[in-house]
Amino acid sequence: MNPWEVVIGLETHAQLQTKSKIFSGASTAFGAEPNRQACAVDIALPGVLPVLNREAVVCAIKFGLAIGAEIAPRSIFARKNYFYPDLPKGYQISQFEIPVVLGGGLTIHVGDREKYVHLTRAHLEEDAGKSLHEDFHGKTGIDLNRAGTPLLEIVTEPDMCSSAEAVAYAKSLHSLVTWIGICDGNMQEGSFRCDANVSVRKPDAPLGTRREIKNLNSFRFLQQAIDYEIQWQINEIEEGRKIQQATVLFDPDTGETRSMRSKEDAHDYRYFPDPDLLPLEIKPDWIAEIKAGLPELPQAMQARFQVDYGLSPYDAATLAVTRASAQFFEETVAAAGKDNAKTSANWVMGELAARLNRDEKEITTSPIAAVQLAGMIKRIADGTLSSKLAKEVFEALWNGEGQDADAIIEARGLKQMSDASAIEPIIDEVLSANPKSVEEFRAGKDKAFNALVGQIMKATKGKANPQQVNELLKKKLAG
Amino acid sequence: MSLSLDDVSRIARLARIEISSAEAERTRDQLNGILAFVAQLQAVNTDGIAPMAHAVDVVQRLRPDTVTEPDRRDAFQAIAPETEAGLYLVPKVIE
Repeated sequence: MNPWEVVIGLETHAQLQTKSKIFSGASTAFGAEPNRQACAVDIALPGVLPVLNREAVVCAIKFGLAIGAEIAPRSIFARKNYFYPDLPKGYQISQFEIPVVLGGGLTIHVGDREKYVHLTRAHLEEDAGKSLHEDFHGKTGIDLNRAGTPLLEIVTEPDMCSSAEAVAYAKSLHSLVTWIGICDGNMQEGSFRCDANVSVRKPDAPLGTRREIKNLNSFRFLQQAIDYEIQWQINEIEEGRKIQQATVLFDPDTGETRSMRSKEDAHDYRYFPDPDLLPLEIKPDWIAEIKAGLPELPQAMQARFQVDYGLSPYDAATLAVTRASAQFFEETVAAAGKDNAKTSANWVMGELAARLNRDEKEITTSPIAAVQLAGMIKRIADGTLSSKLAKEVFEALWNGEGQDADAIIEARGLKQMSDASAIEPIIDEVLSANPKSVEEFRAGKDKAFNALVGQIMKATKGKANPQQVNELLKKKLAG
Repeated sequence: MSLSLDDVSRIARLARIEISSAEAERTRDQLNGILAFVAQLQAVNTDGIAPMAHAVDVVQRLRPDTVTEPDRRDAFQAIAPETEAGLYLVPKVIE
């Protein structure tokens, strides 16, 4: 038994999908030439003033509603003071004492376990620019295009106790922010990045000292970094050393975390209310208006999938991971019939997901339309197609070799044989060709039965209905 | 509350301001004067009064989410000490 308990809290920076920056009218489009989208406010020329972007506030309200949080009727912007060249003002505008979103939480699934992760808060803030440390004659290059991009920093309680839970939470949060359309979720471009606070302790002991792993921009790195950090902390303590509070970076090449060299006052941010910005007031009618425009949320949809279609919580959660996947599933069921909901779920999560993954395609650009998949599922349901033949039809549909399942079945003669008078002569042939298997079966070897079924399926090129073959064969052998 | 010379040098370090030891003493006295004034304010009974974040009791106006700023990189970089390939160059910083 592991004598150590792990405590993890996550802070996630989600870049909000606005056209302009949070406090200026410069563009937020990704990929522009350096400093082409950095205006006088972003580069902090003297005398400029910030003006808050309404849409950034809308995004924060949407998020608060989606996680069942309190939206602060009045929240305050504060200055977080530190010096770094990619932060030209010398402070970041953030929220400190009164953030816009308070509390709330997310339900996560780890295996078949469900867990509710509490959120502490979410606040609006501006992003910094980028420092490029490549060689510019021994100098550092500064690109301020990203400076002033709106972020929502989402902070959890220390509720998670393994890397698996942390990843499940991050995935669930990622799914939610993209679902409600406040963040594009592009982790490679840095639109969604996580910091993990990790500590270990003996059961029932007070919380251990935590170390914060910064800037994890993939779910895999999040898991690797946390697992490494947990083991490192346990080793340190078991060897008699104390954990020092620190900020650490994860190196994907070595899989290790290492402490950033930082001075002891580095974290004295001396927050104070920004005199350039007035309190942000959010009235109930504004919240109500935004609430009315929200789409059905993932958790509500998952619950509905379980009730309406009889799906397991796991299946419901897997299908409702993105709006696109949930929509595809619902279109499939609409065309295939509610009775075929489970089969539809299996095909969308199974064969279709695997094929999309293999060809690096998104479900929105799936070569097989939902209605085509539904047509095939109906032919499975009525016994025309065995699951093996269905895979062949699926492949043909994927490759555009026929308009619908019926046309492919017709053109290739893939119909499953369900006519006993056609199957029986084949069974007779197989029995007389395999007297040894028949002997063995009669002597009590069940394996021989399966061998005979295999021969019959082979003789019918897989078209015989396997269940029917089983029944007919049993009858013949008994008789 | 009053500040020591150590407090003053720490604040100066955080603010990236270089002060001599003579200046530090003068600055300490001035800062302590400000703090004494704050102490006077704190003597007022404010029970039941919500703290204000701003001296003016109005709320933030919001602007529509539209791009209004043109690219003025060339003008901005004309007054920068050093630039290259569109970047502002600064003394090397490594974390």
